[in-house]
Amino acid sequence: MNDTLANTEKKTAYILTLPAVLLVFAIILFPIFANVWISFKEVELKDIRIPEPRAKKILKSISDEPSKIKILYKLRNSSLIQEIRDVSFKDSFPKNFEIENLDKRCEYKNSSLKCEFGTWPAKYKENFQVIFTTNDGSKIDKKSLKSTKPKLDGKSDNILLNTNFTLKNFKKVLFENEFLDLLLTTFYYTFFGTVGSIVFGILTAQMVNQKFYGRTFMRSVLLFPYVAPVVALAYTWELLLDPNSGTLNSLLLNYQIIETPINLLGQKYIEISILGFVFKLRLALTTVIMFEIWRYFPLAFLFILARLQAIPKELYEAADVDGASPFQKFFNITLPQITAVISILFLIRFIWNFNKFEDVFLLTGGASGTRTLPINVYQQGFAISDIGMGSAVSIVIVVLLLMFMFFYFKLLGKRVDEN
Amino acid sequence: MRIKNTILFSLISTFFLIFLISIWKILATLQGLSINSFNIEIIFIFGLLISLTHLGIGDRIKSIYKSIIFSAIFVFCDGYLIQKLPIWYNVGVFLILYFFTNKISKYTFIGLKEEHSTQVILFDFLTLFGILFFSFVILFPFYMMLVTSFKTQIALLVNPLDFSINFGQDIKDLFKSYFVIFKSYKFGKYIVISTIVSVGTVIITLLFAIPAAYAVARLNFFGKTFLSTSILIIYMFPAIVLVIPLYTIFSQLGLRNSIEGLLIVYTATTLPVAIYMLQGYFKSIPKELEEAAILDKLSWFGIIIKIIIPLSIPAISSVALYVFMIAWNEFLFSLMFLDNPNSFTLSRAIQYLSGDAETPRQYLMAGSVVVTLPVLFIFVYFEKYLVSGLTAGSVKG
Repeated sequence: MNDTLANTEKKTAYILTLPAVLLVFAIILFPIFANVWISFKEVELKDIRIPEPRAKKILKSISDEPSKIKILYKLRNSSLIQEIRDVSFKDSFPKNFEIENLDKRCEYKNSSLKCEFGTWPAKYKENFQVIFTTNDGSKIDKKSLKSTKPKLDGKSDNILLNTNFTLKNFKKVLFENEFLDLLLTTFYYTFFGTVGSIVFGILTAQMVNQKFYGRTFMRSVLLFPYVAPVVALAYTWELLLDPNSGTLNSLLLNYQIIETPINLLGQKYIEISILGFVFKLRLALTTVIMFEIWRYFPLAFLFILARLQAIPKELYEAADVDGASPFQKFFNITLPQITAVISILFLIRFIWNFNKFEDVFLLTGGASGTRTLPINVYQQGFAISDIGMGSAVSIVIVVLLLMFMFFYFKLLGKRVDEN
Repeated sequence: MRIKNTILFSLISTFFLIFLISIWKILATLQGLSINSFNIEIIFIFGLLISLTHLGIGDRIKSIYKSIIFSAIFVFCDGYLIQKLPIWYNVGVFLILYFFTNKISKYTFIGLKEEHSTQVILFDFLTLFGILFFSFVILFPFYMMLVTSFKTQIALLVNPLDFSINFGQDIKDLFKSYFVIFKSYKFGKYIVISTIVSVGTVIITLLFAIPAAYAVARLNFFGKTFLSTSILIIYMFPAIVLVIPLYTIFSQLGLRNSIEGLLIVYTATTLPVAIYMLQGYFKSIPKELEEAAILDKLSWFGIIIKIIIPLSIPAISSVALYVFMIAWNEFLFSLMFLDNPNSFTLSRAIQYLSGDAETPRQYLMAGSVVVTLPVLFIFVYFEKYLVSGLTAGSVKG
């Protein structure tokens, strides 16, 4: 009895989880494996369309002979690179039609025309013409002729499914395209974005954790950048920072703080001299990092605030009795209480900033020294149209990601053990 | 000690006042006033004088009169004699000064002698400064987005700093950008598509996630632990590594440029977090309720419909709102999968608009307002639910 109960429970569980598991498998896990497959192939964007035989039907009436009609089919192979085998053709006509010039590849039976065209090489084109007469001499109705469309079929190889593999993509990714620079940019973007958002998160959480008028409102406002659509925010920032008519530059010019506009998103380097030392700051990258911090510190804020509110009040009361100063309280009570949250936040944000695509893409498109790995996937795959290369970069991302995750779950596991 | 604290207090409060007035001046400049300098020196002197006299006078005058007197003197000297600016600007300055003098009124000459008062002063003013700074930094772009959408290209060329809105003009002229994007750029259609996609994603995700989460939370089956841990790992995989394979497959299946294609992808990407959030909540529902239901011979379907769902409305609304937000804001997949303007979502439509360098910026900003408002409205209205959704789903974003 118990056994059958356990069995039905199992069965129910599988029925309940199967749809979700299948969908996630098809859309998330399968593509990750497909990436590995594609990354070892030389595939371009134009190759992924499956070649199709196509026909365009053109009707030409013959003057003075209303019971006769010429039909021209413009046949072609849609692919510029692949052949199509066993092309078959079928079109049907009214019952009273008789064919005048039957091509030897075709047969006309039961008022339908069937042809076997054999193999069409890439770029194949042919003008295929047939002439019909009505056997009862009636006038031909062009409209009904136009409404039927020919059916074509053929076999072709799917370039994605053949077994020609190459290491070319990985060689190119790792040894060309300034891979080191790419990694370094990604690292800067990820690291400073993460640290910045956590620092701002701590500051704001500490701030909102105190009592003041309009505190709930403030908490909502602080989350605005995170919940608003990235497209709207990125374009607003772009308009604010625009060198020609942007508000920020206009303001700075107006107050005579600067003399010429600064192109914050379009300038790769800016020279800054501090105490006689001149060093180059990556300006566009810094701006993009600022945007990232602005957009994601609310998340750190939310996490840290939740933790702060859980700190027992007695700790602070005891510190007050001992005569601790506000800074002592912050460094000796608050900070130790939130280090755990911060370390987890750091890893999560690090992983996510590492993969961030939209923000940089919308702000600079990867120009002026802001090309990160995710941007490179897009540029290789869609701007240069080299799908194989794009996949190879994706694989690099996945491998690095798995390494980060390994650390993340080790840390998480350790924390679970401690509790 | 007292002298050091007095100096510190007057300096910090003065800097705070400079900061307040500067923000007000920036906002006023953006209303078209020609203010070419912050006059920091003058405000600095005034600030010092005000905080020192405040300490000097102490309790001898009621603090409300003190505030009004200080504010009035400041406005008279700064706004009227030196800068000759319109009344609304000076009213603003008066209110700022009133706020400022109220803030410093709790500090007394005697109080400055206390232990730690240096740090207390620093902490208090840093908090105040932080609140204002962050409010400004966060709200400023949103404010600019809104006001730019009401301007015209020519007006902005004439004076790029004048963002004042002329409410006297005809409604049609005021909302011209909005009329244009709805008429010429088919934004009405894009709103419908975005809504269908987002609401559709929410419904399908919940349909798939509730049974799965129930199974993970309650039933024993082979592979359960594997499933619940892999949910989190899968969730960590970013969209960018899925894009190329999905693009090729969707191209070959003809799913690009279709709402169905987006629905499938959005559902799959939000399912893991939905299951994760829901199973956590389902576990907290007392088991006894279901045991009673099993005795009543209710099937699992009946249990989910009659017991689990009614009891987890808060968690389900959290998930629904969070998924809606993700789907509404999503950009990468809509960029990849949609290239026909007839099937754009709002985000994609705005990106398409910006691709044309000729597009006036007020149209772009009007579009941005249209896409932002629903999300912000939902967020403010259902904040309680969304915040818990955000916290749980925050591993992604």
